[in-house]
Amino acid sequence: MADSPSAGGPGGGPGTLEPTPGGERDWLRFRDDSAPDEPAVSLDAFLDQSNAGSVRIEAGDDVRHLAPHLERLRLVEIDFPKFRDGRGFSSARVLREMGYDGEIKATGEVLVDLIYFMRRCGFDSFAPDVPLDRADVESVLNRYPHVYQHAADGAVPIWQLRHG
Amino acid sequence: MYKYDQYDQAMVSARVADFRDQTRRRLEGKMTDDQFKPLRLKNGLYLQLHAYMLRVAIPYGTLNSRQMRKLAHIARTYDRGYGHFTTRQNIQYNWIKLEDAPDILAELATVEMHAIQTSGESIRNISADQYAGAAADEIIDPRPWAEMIRQMTTFMPEFSYLPRKFKIAVIAAETDRAALRWHDCALRIVRNEAGKIGFEVFAGGGMGRTPFIAYKIRDFLPTGQILSYLQAILRVWNRNARRDNIHKQRMKILVHELGEDEFRRQVEEEFQHFLALGEDFPQAEYDRIAAYFAPPPFETGLSEEIDRSDPDFALWVDQQVAAHKAPGYAIVNISLKPIGQIPGDISAEQMELVADLAERYSFDELRATHAQNLVLPHVRKEDLHAVWTALHEAGLGEANLDLVTDIIACPGLDYCSLANARSIPVAQKIAERFADAERQKDLGELKIKISGCINACGHHHAGHIGILGVDRKGTENYQLLLGGSGDEETSQAKITGPGFDEAGIVDAVERAVERYREIREPGERFLDTYRRVGMDGFKEAIYG
Repeated sequence: MADSPSAGGPGGGPGTLEPTPGGERDWLRFRDDSAPDEPAVSLDAFLDQSNAGSVRIEAGDDVRHLAPHLERLRLVEIDFPKFRDGRGFSSARVLREMGYDGEIKATGEVLVDLIYFMRRCGFDSFAPDVPLDRADVESVLNRYPHVYQHAADGAVPIWQLRHG
Repeated sequence: MYKYDQYDQAMVSARVADFRDQTRRRLEGKMTDDQFKPLRLKNGLYLQLHAYMLRVAIPYGTLNSRQMRKLAHIARTYDRGYGHFTTRQNIQYNWIKLEDAPDILAELATVEMHAIQTSGESIRNISADQYAGAAADEIIDPRPWAEMIRQMTTFMPEFSYLPRKFKIAVIAAETDRAALRWHDCALRIVRNEAGKIGFEVFAGGGMGRTPFIAYKIRDFLPTGQILSYLQAILRVWNRNARRDNIHKQRMKILVHELGEDEFRRQVEEEFQHFLALGEDFPQAEYDRIAAYFAPPPFETGLSEEIDRSDPDFALWVDQQVAAHKAPGYAIVNISLKPIGQIPGDISAEQMELVADLAERYSFDELRATHAQNLVLPHVRKEDLHAVWTALHEAGLGEANLDLVTDIIACPGLDYCSLANARSIPVAQKIAERFADAERQKDLGELKIKISGCINACGHHHAGHIGILGVDRKGTENYQLLLGGSGDEETSQAKITGPGFDEAGIVDAVERAVERYREIREPGERFLDTYRRVGMDGFKEAIYG
């Protein structure tokens, strides 16, 4: 994942996360490029329209259908209809494993305590239904000094730190 | 046993700070109770009828004396002076104040303990054979893999909000002491024809309102690929499970609906994908962890003799002591089922006594069992009498392992808001009915398991005799089940017929047991007789 500012260097966990500078509007976007401005369309519509660049993934959608279209894809919005519906975490990780390096935005019931795990799964922007407290988000993102396993954020897992 | 390094300690300490912050935000009204609930559940904090319950993880059931003393301290300081060992080798406290919970977690962190993922829709504490590292019949100690799985499944980001809970068990013996096939995912370590160690993998088991016995989905998985394989299982389930009905979201339902073969096919496909990512733990990490589980320095040349001249001691030895792999040593089971007491309960003073015994006689090791008892895994045979004497004086000398009074029971309506009926009084009355030691011994192995509602926390599906409490027009009613088992020949118990009231169920159990005594053939356990004659052989005796 080339453009993730979260990717800690050797020994670094996701504790080094910094929101992209650029004012209030952007503090939940963790990317340096400009935000795509075309509206996201449904998965079916995206697969039908050869020129669409933004897609909206509902909780039950299979992102593997996007595999042949990664070239034209700039934004994937993944919706969390309820915060307890964890399918979107897998969707983001699958996208990153396929090599997609564009924006993945979490929408819907996105809560403070989810964001840390979403970042690890490859989400790099957030549009919560209910506004979040910035200090709380930053505190949550910097809480854990290490991680126990690989994910989509490039953080080096503890077992790797142990063995150099 | 395993020791935290600076990384493990940092993670557990961070979790304490995390939960303290979450609790603060909840108390400040920054999140709703609905939003807070899954967060506290993932820290083991569960709201019961009268108070919060805190469930503390005991990874693979192993703990040392320092940890046990801390558990006693917590019982005394933050609860009512006792704790309750659960059917998944954990301990829970029933009278916790929310505002105390962060401090309790901080106390636990000082002894390398936590309550991470002990409740809620998460990958739960890994359970294992309580005789691991001591059993005469195991091929290798399964705990290094259990510890590896503990680490890899801690805060797994992709599986932050699973459809439901996910329970894993690991054993390494033919004899199943961990109710393997009642788990969502179960691993049995085996040796293949080439002499290599690997996992036999089972998936899709679980009790609850829709019980399933896990299917074997793989004969042999190289141990070094376990992270990829587990992730494959979890991803297939996380992506495909229903999310519209909490009672249909356990993995067992998906496995059942897809069918064993299709589930296996999807897992294998995802498995190949994960293998290619190259994220599995390396051999060096296994070696690092396994070094902590090296056998303790067993003495050699010890006597195998046990002086049986005291008949009460001899009775206890026959029931509570199991074969150890090292000559001159024995495995001691400590019953937490004194007649008339609450199954699994233990006072702070008893915890401290048990901690002292572990330190003095068992290389500082203790185990919790899924049957809600404790184990001193490495006791010299020549010390057995001293251990028994101390246990006996502390009210822990009951000799009833696997007998009719060694009952598993959930907390039931005395504590739990989900329950329809009380479990504890029924367990107590049955134990009192069968208290006579000779009668128990004559009846032999007989596992009674009692749940106070269909969620089956008391494992009634796996009871040789199961009891299920239900609500029948506003009164407590108890269904009787026969023929379940959690051992290597796993089976699901079946309902005998109409239910009974509280007094009636005790009589019905006695009628079933007496029927067994009448018709058993030499050497047959209750379960063997049931399997031979079926329900028909018992029904008339029960209902007349």
